[in-house]
Amino acid sequence: MALDSKVPKGPIKDKWTEYKNKIDLVNPANKRHIDVIVVGTGLAGGSAAATLAELGYNVKAFAYQDSPRRAHSIAAQGGINAAKNYQGDGDSTYRLFYDTVKGGDYRSREANVYRLAEVSANIIDQCVAQGVPFARDYGGLLDNRSFGGVLVSRTFYAKGQTGQQLLLGAYSAMNRQIARGKIEMFNRHEMLDVVIVDGKARGIIARNLVTGEIERHSAHAVVIGSGGYGNVYFLSTNAMGSNATAAWKIHKKGAYFANPCYTQIHPTCIPRSGDYQSKLTLMSESLRNDGRIWVPKNMEDVLAIREGRKKPTDLSEEERDYYLERRYPAFGNLVPRDVASRAAKERCDAGYGVNQTGEAVYLDFASAIERYGKEQAKIQNIANPSAEKIYELGQKIVEAKYGNLFQMYEKIVDQDPYKTPMMIYPAVHYTMGGIWVDYNLMTTIPGCYCIGEANFSDHGANRLGASALMQGLADGYFVLPYTIGDYLADDIRTGKIPTDTKEFDEAEKEVTDRINFFVNNKGTKSVDYFHKKLGKVMWDKAGMSRNAQGLTEAMAEIKAIREEFWKEVSVPGGANEMNPELEKAGRVADFLELGELFAKDALTRSESCGGHFREESAELDGPQKGEAKRNDEEFAFVSAWEYKGEPADAVLHKEQLEFKDIELKQRSYK
Amino acid sequence: MSGKGMNLTLKIWRQKDANDKGKMVDYKVTDISEHMSFLEMMDVLNEQLVNSGEEPVAFDHDCREGICGMCSMYINGEAHGPDRGITTCQLHMRMFNDGDTITIEPFRAAAFPVIKDLVVDRSSFDRIQQAGGYISVNTSGNTQDANAIPISKHAADEAMDAATCIGCGACVATCKNSSAMLFVGAKVSQYALLPQGQVEAADRVKNMVAQMDLEGFGNCTNTGACEVECPKGISLENIARMNREYLAATLKG
Repeated sequence: MALDSKVPKGPIKDKWTEYKNKIDLVNPANKRHIDVIVVGTGLAGGSAAATLAELGYNVKAFAYQDSPRRAHSIAAQGGINAAKNYQGDGDSTYRLFYDTVKGGDYRSREANVYRLAEVSANIIDQCVAQGVPFARDYGGLLDNRSFGGVLVSRTFYAKGQTGQQLLLGAYSAMNRQIARGKIEMFNRHEMLDVVIVDGKARGIIARNLVTGEIERHSAHAVVIGSGGYGNVYFLSTNAMGSNATAAWKIHKKGAYFANPCYTQIHPTCIPRSGDYQSKLTLMSESLRNDGRIWVPKNMEDVLAIREGRKKPTDLSEEERDYYLERRYPAFGNLVPRDVASRAAKERCDAGYGVNQTGEAVYLDFASAIERYGKEQAKIQNIANPSAEKIYELGQKIVEAKYGNLFQMYEKIVDQDPYKTPMMIYPAVHYTMGGIWVDYNLMTTIPGCYCIGEANFSDHGANRLGASALMQGLADGYFVLPYTIGDYLADDIRTGKIPTDTKEFDEAEKEVTDRINFFVNNKGTKSVDYFHKKLGKVMWDKAGMSRNAQGLTEAMAEIKAIREEFWKEVSVPGGANEMNPELEKAGRVADFLELGELFAKDALTRSESCGGHFREESAELDGPQKGEAKRNDEEFAFVSAWEYKGEPADAVLHKEQLEFKDIELKQRSYK
Repeated sequence: MSGKGMNLTLKIWRQKDANDKGKMVDYKVTDISEHMSFLEMMDVLNEQLVNSGEEPVAFDHDCREGICGMCSMYINGEAHGPDRGITTCQLHMRMFNDGDTITIEPFRAAAFPVIKDLVVDRSSFDRIQQAGGYISVNTSGNTQDANAIPISKHAADEAMDAATCIGCGACVATCKNSSAMLFVGAKVSQYALLPQGQVEAADRVKNMVAQMDLEGFGNCTNTGACEVECPKGISLENIARMNREYLAATLKG
């Protein structure tokens, strides 16, 4: 099948408006006869479910958590971008579009990104109307801050809990529709397959996680908003339950999987402390507004710090290497995430890591505290303030901005980040790759849509900070509700989709066979054993830097782990009860396939771009020496993989990327 | 980093399903590092159980960074255990000593029935929110500009403090009356403090309180335990504000 992105014709700034004007609509009376399934209730799924229900469709929403409010969007800290230009600092729709395409290292689809930038301002209006308590300044207007990879302040925030507040906004909109009976909510339910009837997605098979019952649900369209696959690495900033199963199931039934190797390794996470570690915790990128990243200049100081003979605060300015400010004077500590992560790895690989494991750098707030303290002293008319007074005043400001993050750090590490710099190290955070979708957000299965992090569409090879929330809500509130109508307009006379058909029988049988296999296998090793083993291969060979040999090995090793898994996995308990081990087994089985496709994709893309760094493709000299080297002649395309059984046999389809409104050039943050 | 290697006795509530009577069962874990989180210690126990073919202990957890509100557990008689301003997933083993016996139970309240082991059903919270915890505004893309109504920084910050509730239910589990007033008060307050919330304020507080009563939550007797155990430091003032809102709403009729 040839890929058709269905991008409308015309100038980029008119495409979406013109398209909306001509799209097919479903009249309100007919919407009452149309059912839509939404899987996942994060920002994308939750906002889509609420809006589709407001429009009049009958929505069935599914979440594996006990309430839609717990989806992992809730953990997003720093903020949400929008081209409001409230600060009058030169922002515009075009600039947000440009920053996003450049930040993504020119591997995203221009038309989608422009639309995202275009609707971004509406998101803020909508959220404020819903009662989302964004931060405000003393004049009562909305406040902004800056994120990496941009030169303006366009990030709206609610303390360090922006994702929580936006999700609770979407959750409240869902609640209103649940109360009206327009959304039927299925908590503690997991989608285990999609049902295809006459080539169209017409339903899902789901497991009730409390009773173990396998259920059939039909609809005229199925929307997947189930998030990313970062947990393929075992350790990531994702929630423990975050999984790729819904996305992987639709892939196996015909949805192409795009750019699986595009992973975001976030530069500022709390370093790991031991083998028992179950997850990694992010420290928001917003901290890079005020925190300065450094390691000691001299190896003696590194050793002295590791051995506890010196403290970081003992080192003078001259003894510190603020390596981001040194290498990237224009953007400094606010370079994009992929660049910041690689720079941290470079210093740690060179031996300058500041903790026992050698995998940590400092994020230091001392100069911010001093700067804010002096400013406050002036505002409060305190003449000749003492250093202690300045510190005290400055600490208050930093606390107001990042208090919850500092508290979170202190609880985990048991050190006070107001007094000593934080230690941070990169960790897997977000996956730009995902299910391939066209301009309508429809997958290669007719009637099956994919939104939010689960799709591949807007961030190219690297996502800018505060853009995930923007994309999730844009897809759910403002894009899908229009585009899905164009498809559903053909379904007004279809009537209810029956579930007593052979397609549902077959899909259900596949699901129950697999569950029965797991509970009866009685192997010798736990699900986590395999998950950790997979994660280690992924991190070592398909992590922050990759090469052909490592990726080839990774493919073979993952296949071997998968084979061992199907022989030796042990799942205690039964099928007809709450069984968390059984849930994990199904998810890890899917990760074990996805991981191999991931490595294959990374191997195929022998250029470096964004978060995908191939050691063979770096600048060897000139001012950009050591930086990633893109290869536009051969790789300016989206890799969309078609499932053919074994992951190694997947077939590559290419969507050529065209850059008409932005000139393709090397990313420079110097 | 190497830990102290603590050896612990765990007394854990095991209950097969909602109909099972349930009982406390003793387990031992060894060589627990002080740097582990409490849930990582539970992972160690569960790995041990799986490897010996036993059913692991079911417990709710997800984000493991203190924001999703999924984790619960009543540890040594306290919701989210012996530390303040945190959820169970943020509790670290450095709060315990070698040789300790730790008692682990589910959150208990009539409105939070046990589903299995340490997992409880908190859908009553969802139903209270569905009764009025929202502003009735459709997604149109054409609502007024976000800066059209200035909101004082003070009101916005106070609304944010109330909105920071994660819906974990520690307030209910801690309260001797199993009252949900802190949870409901926080939501009512968030909207009561913002101009957008004014239009439906009276109906909202009446409907949410009615649903709260219907779910079988108890009354508030101003003990204040909820505020102490709340991982997000939600203030009792929110209960007072809800009471004022409720009184005003009922007087208006």
